[in-house]
Amino acid sequence: MKYAYYPGCSLRGTGRAYEESLLAVFQALEIDLQELEDWNCCGATTYMSVDELTSYALAARNLALAERDHMNVVAPCAACYLVLNKTQRYMHDYPDIKLVVSRALAAIGLHYDDHVQVRHPLDILLHEVGLKAIAAKVKTPLKGLQVAPYYGCQIVRPYATFDDQRNPTSMDRLLEACGAKIVHYPLKTRCCGGSQKGTLPEIGLELIRHLLTEAQNNGADVIATVCPLCQFNLECFQKEAGNHNHPISMPVLYFTQLMALALGASGEAIGLQRSLIPIEPLLARKEIAYA
Amino acid sequence: MPEIPSSAIESSRERPRIGVYVCHCGTNIAGIVDVRAIVEFAAKLPGVVVSRDYKYMCSDPGQALIQQDIAEHHLNRVIVASCSPLLHEATFRRVLSRAGLNAFLLQMVNIREHVSWVHLNQREATEKTKDLVRAAVRRVSLHKPLQKRRVSINPHVLVVGGGIAGIHAALTLAEAGKQVYLVEREPTIGGHMAKFDKTFPTLDCAACILTPKMTAVGSHPRIHLWTYSEVVRVEGYVGNYKVKVRRKPRYVIEDLCLGCQECVTACVYKEAKNPDEFNLGLSKRKPVYLPFPQAVPQKVVIDPQTCIQFKSGKCKKTCVEACGDRKAIDFTQKETIEDIEVGTIILATGFKTFDPVRNPYYGYGRYANVYTSLEVERLINASGPTAGEIVLRDGGQPKAVGIIHCVGSRDANTNRWCSKVCCMYSLKLAHLIKERTGAEVYNFYIDMRTPGKGYEEFYDRLLDEGVHFVRGRVAEVSDWATHPSEKGRLVIRVEDTLAAFVRRIPVDMVVLSVGMEPQPDAQDVRRLFNISCSTEGWFLERHPKLAPVSTFTEGVYIAGACQGPKDIPDSVAQAGAAAAEAMALIDAQFVELEPYTAFISEDQCSGCKTCIPLCPYQAISYMEEKKKAAINEVLCKGCGTCVAGCPSGSIQQNFFEDEEIFEEIEGVLAYA
Amino acid sequence: MRNRDLTPSEKSQATFEPRIVAFFCNWCTYLAADLAGTSRMKYAPNVRVIRVMCSGRVDPQFVLDAFAHGADGVFIGGCHPGDCHYQEGNYKTLRRFHLLKRVLQQMGIEDERCRLEWISAAEAERVRSTINDMVEKVRALGPLDLIPTEEKVSAEEVAV
Repeated sequence: MKYAYYPGCSLRGTGRAYEESLLAVFQALEIDLQELEDWNCCGATTYMSVDELTSYALAARNLALAERDHMNVVAPCAACYLVLNKTQRYMHDYPDIKLVVSRALAAIGLHYDDHVQVRHPLDILLHEVGLKAIAAKVKTPLKGLQVAPYYGCQIVRPYATFDDQRNPTSMDRLLEACGAKIVHYPLKTRCCGGSQKGTLPEIGLELIRHLLTEAQNNGADVIATVCPLCQFNLECFQKEAGNHNHPISMPVLYFTQLMALALGASGEAIGLQRSLIPIEPLLARKEIAYA
Repeated sequence: MPEIPSSAIESSRERPRIGVYVCHCGTNIAGIVDVRAIVEFAAKLPGVVVSRDYKYMCSDPGQALIQQDIAEHHLNRVIVASCSPLLHEATFRRVLSRAGLNAFLLQMVNIREHVSWVHLNQREATEKTKDLVRAAVRRVSLHKPLQKRRVSINPHVLVVGGGIAGIHAALTLAEAGKQVYLVEREPTIGGHMAKFDKTFPTLDCAACILTPKMTAVGSHPRIHLWTYSEVVRVEGYVGNYKVKVRRKPRYVIEDLCLGCQECVTACVYKEAKNPDEFNLGLSKRKPVYLPFPQAVPQKVVIDPQTCIQFKSGKCKKTCVEACGDRKAIDFTQKETIEDIEVGTIILATGFKTFDPVRNPYYGYGRYANVYTSLEVERLINASGPTAGEIVLRDGGQPKAVGIIHCVGSRDANTNRWCSKVCCMYSLKLAHLIKERTGAEVYNFYIDMRTPGKGYEEFYDRLLDEGVHFVRGRVAEVSDWATHPSEKGRLVIRVEDTLAAFVRRIPVDMVVLSVGMEPQPDAQDVRRLFNISCSTEGWFLERHPKLAPVSTFTEGVYIAGACQGPKDIPDSVAQAGAAAAEAMALIDAQFVELEPYTAFISEDQCSGCKTCIPLCPYQAISYMEEKKKAAINEVLCKGCGTCVAGCPSGSIQQNFFEDEEIFEEIEGVLAYA
Repeated sequence: MRNRDLTPSEKSQATFEPRIVAFFCNWCTYLAADLAGTSRMKYAPNVRVIRVMCSGRVDPQFVLDAFAHGADGVFIGGCHPGDCHYQEGNYKTLRRFHLLKRVLQQMGIEDERCRLEWISAAEAERVRSTINDMVEKVRALGPLDLIPTEEKVSAEEVAV
């Protein structure tokens, strides 16, 4: 099965390490990915809050391109994943929206008939590849690495298509298959602050602080994320979130980076060097000898 | 069938002398419809002799007015424009009868439910009323005197469901000398009430008041108790229902089993391994088991899903050995179908509790110490899995307990209705938990709803006992500790709407006060018995106030929580009411059915047989010698499908004859 | 002459209010309409309801008669499939309805003018929304014009 890979803007910007590691994991597991040709903005954030219909039209164009190529979409970025899914559901449920969007698509010679599945890498890795196959390919088990799995909100709410809304476990199981130890992390789907760090910094910071201290208190060495914005929020504000008595220094990686390491990728290839809080000393301490 | 007096037939053949009566219904109708204008309009219609309005036509003076006019003005047709015919058609038909007119020379015009209550514009509502009155006047001129059919009532009663409502209904009827078939799906009767520890607000023990009634059912000479059985087919009509009941095999011959349970002790499984349904999985049972110690009937049952003999056929069958000469165990038992005939049916199929997995933010199924209220009933029950001691799933004893109200009630995301019993049972559980454990108990509520005798007083008592009440809908239950005091506990986050801040309250046990829902198969049951459901899925009563236990199918009554959330006293009261309704029919010995049957004019029947397959009741047969169709009036239920299907127009339906309906159609359209 | 006192063109010149005749079964749709009343729902006043015991009683001739006598639309309401009080009357209704629709089509009566809906006793809201929807659709179609042209001319002459 070949999938249409939809990187979205983040994976070409701040989340480049996500793309690098995702491609490495998919390659190691021999899943065929082909970048969606001529993809455009998914319509998230600004568009969605300013002009919903335009946002649906943008997302629908990507869906229509995938449908034309007879492929299902893989959307690693949580925001892309949600907007593409939402667009699909809304076009299905609301004839008015479908009508407007279809007209917009028709103007550029496209149409969309609801034949594309939008899937998250977690979903594909767990349900298409499977834990056994992944465990069999692990070269460098992440032995002794204590991971706090952080899912954020968008991939499980409101559409819990492949995992539980409140207590998702897909990432837990994947990382366990790679030899990591999952720490108890009750905040796994709580808000990372989103863009509030920019608008209401006090509130945003408080939310970030909860997530980081809880991971720290539960003995995590590293937080694994699935969303570029979560990763950014958790990694960039640790100095502010901590204080003199309780400094915070917690590496925050994409779950694909951890998986890729276990599957034998080199740190360079999967963007470890891009991290603000380096994980290399930790890996050395744990004697995880990655390539 | 009694003959219609020839005088009545003659009077109907006379030129129509019609009286039109327009009801104000207080301001219900008169507030929107210009009643005066209708009266004046009707007075000019052909055949109308008298046209009047009155404040309440259905009141005694209103009825007397019509009766008097019939005598004085020699009326032979009457129109009443008021509420829905389903409400007062019977009332006004009786008025005609009293005045010596045939009851079916009446036509009702529904100007309340279909006009004044649904329209806002006076002019439009009045115009619509005129059309409807004109149509009725034209139609009623064609009405013929009809006679209701009498059918006898089989005095036997079927009660479906063996919870407290079914038990009470069955006992009431049996005590009155009626034969009752009580059919229960589970292997024992008792329903939800048998699971409860104590009952609010009196705190008397549920078992103490229920088990004597259960035993009485089990031993009553006039009650045929069929547990582990389900109704699979219902045919017939009021007074004469034919019912098929499927009796599932319990692999134990009921007549031979003494309930000694030696087989249970002897079972090759030394330890019980299977989740015990009665204790909601909080304890284990063996493949051969008695559902609970006070079960009625006291007969064990074998679960073929877990019994080794059924799974592999290679069991030592120590149970059979233990049973010895009694020979009650029979692995070859097959399900049987029993055919019974009853005159009336009482449905008391109960409810199910809301599954809190649907509210994932309360952590049910994820955190061991989150319980449903029903589970807690078992936990604190002296005969429950822990003998009444509150031992948590992790083995601990709670120091603080949070009871969350309205789980699956009053919630746009799940069920919108109030489940009515949860506030009270939450108070009861709060009291019992505090009494047994000395724990701090918190109630999280939206509103406290305690209407009922002694209920508010019970609430007051709980306030005095030092139970905490926090007004606010709980946002979430989590094990996220932000403070050492929260470590290892469950934290309830809630907006305290009286104190106006968000609180985090750590507890060791969470009780979810789950609401009541219709049974998952309520729709199938409703189809089986040919009754309706409300939007929410509760069985629909004939009238919410005046016929709360009747349904739109005559002879079928509903009682208890299958009709809507209800506590024990209300369920019992309804069960008594349903039993009384059934008895009223039985003691009358006959019932009068609407005469809306179809009939054939033999002269016009061509014998084409089109109608025969149209009838779902096989009421139409073909007379070979005459080469005509014939309708059996007793079997005909009066739907009129054959009438519409007859190509030669030789079938007609009483009260819905083609000409009558054509007049009505043309009447509503004959405007300007 | 009844409604033919006004010719269709004259009717449409005045603000056109469609006339719709409804046949509701006693057990489901009639009850739902009663429930709409007790729930005080508001809907368009253009419908005149005729009660029948079962939608299976609705003879196609009733529908044709209604159109012939000036109805702009006909609305038949019955129980949901499987829920018929008389077991299967509504299936018979549906069967006839399909044939009737073809006849109506051949007569040039638009599809939206004749409608069959399954509405249970609990679905008052559907009574309201269906009536409103149908009134709007029929209003958009304008008055039903069944009179052959010559007759119309003579009717106009008579009116003059």
